[in-house]
Amino acid sequence: MRTIDELIGSAPVFEGLERPHLEVIAGCGRNEHVDSGAFLLREGEPSERFFLIRRGTVALEVRAPGRILTVETLQAGDPVGWSWLTPPYRSRLDARALEACELIGFDGVCLRGKIEADHDLGYQLMRRFAENLVDRLQATRLQLLDVYGHA
Amino acid sequence: MMPERFEVISRRQDTADTWTLELERCSGDPLEFAPGQFTMLSAGGRGEVPISISGDPDHPGRLVHTVRAVGLATEAICAAEPGRVLGARGPFGAPWPVDQVAEGSEVVIAAGGIGLAPLRPAILWLLARRERYGRLVLLYGGRAPDQLLYTDELRMWEERGMEVLVTVDSAGPEWLGHVGVVTRLVGRARLGGEGTFAMACGPEVMMRFTVAALRDAGVEAGRTFVSMERNMQCGIGHCGHCQLGPTLVCRDGPVYRWSELAHWLDIREL
Repeated sequence: MRTIDELIGSAPVFEGLERPHLEVIAGCGRNEHVDSGAFLLREGEPSERFFLIRRGTVALEVRAPGRILTVETLQAGDPVGWSWLTPPYRSRLDARALEACELIGFDGVCLRGKIEADHDLGYQLMRRFAENLVDRLQATRLQLLDVYGHA
Repeated sequence: MMPERFEVISRRQDTADTWTLELERCSGDPLEFAPGQFTMLSAGGRGEVPISISGDPDHPGRLVHTVRAVGLATEAICAAEPGRVLGARGPFGAPWPVDQVAEGSEVVIAAGGIGLAPLRPAILWLLARRERYGRLVLLYGGRAPDQLLYTDELRMWEERGMEVLVTVDSAGPEWLGHVGVVTRLVGRARLGGEGTFAMACGPEVMMRFTVAALRDAGVEAGRTFVSMERNMQCGIGHCGHCQLGPTLVCRDGPVYRWSELAHWLDIREL
């Protein structure tokens, strides 16, 4: 059975991290299972956790009067939740499991403490999170262009 | 070159603004074509428009066109019921180089919106010869679930050995598939990279970013082909309206090798 540091080491967002750093991050994580339809995060609620999807699909949703809009879906290897990184540490979207999911759930408070104590770890994590955010920001901009809506 | 007469045999609505018409030549042999080619299609005095052929090149008995109603000419074409006669000139243009795909190669096809229509002939051609190739992967993106084309065929293509990944830009909670732009599917497809053959068609912005994502995944620009659109009028390289750099899209395209095209697309004024 693989340990958590072994499991997260293969995820793109943690790729290339050295073993000691992986072990520190893993120390803030645990294996979790959620059923289909379960919420990982709720808009506006305190967000001290984030997740790494091992199996399953999670939808990022926005609630509007009379409807729910899915803005993105995330799959195995994707991180879920960034609000634990920056104040006011409140989720900006709903994150809901579209099917039963296997996850690694991380304690954001725990990890923020580790980052403050080890700035090298902090840099390595921030660099990888920034790459992921840039990638998703670019994708979001493409969605905003609504390219299929124009002849 | 005069339009030939084609009778509408069937008409099917695919989405709110898109129809697929099957046509039969009123006289003469069926119109043979290569995947990626187009005809100049007309509906009795409402103008003429370039429309990609979306049928099966191995079975050209019916000329198939998937048309989006966005103006006078296309609205008239889409409204043509069985028994009506349309005009068609062609086929024109450089096709998808499906016969250049080496044995055993991995092939990735990236389509956005109605861009799946010009790629459908290539998909059918490859599936008819499935045993020759490695992985066949379709990455298909659309605006919303009710705007996807050929949804009944996607499963059949999977059964015939194609991996099909579909995504939409936005959806309600009833959609259980991917949500996000098609470029995000490139990473999920885990392509082999070197040796992979790629074909892409869709809005130009989508193609540019998809090709960039393919390049990041190791797919070479020399093995990546796209289908371009410009304002075509004559379809036979005379009027010059469809000029793209030193080329004419109707004659030198619409299918281009990306490594030969990229420089011109970097020039904003073009």
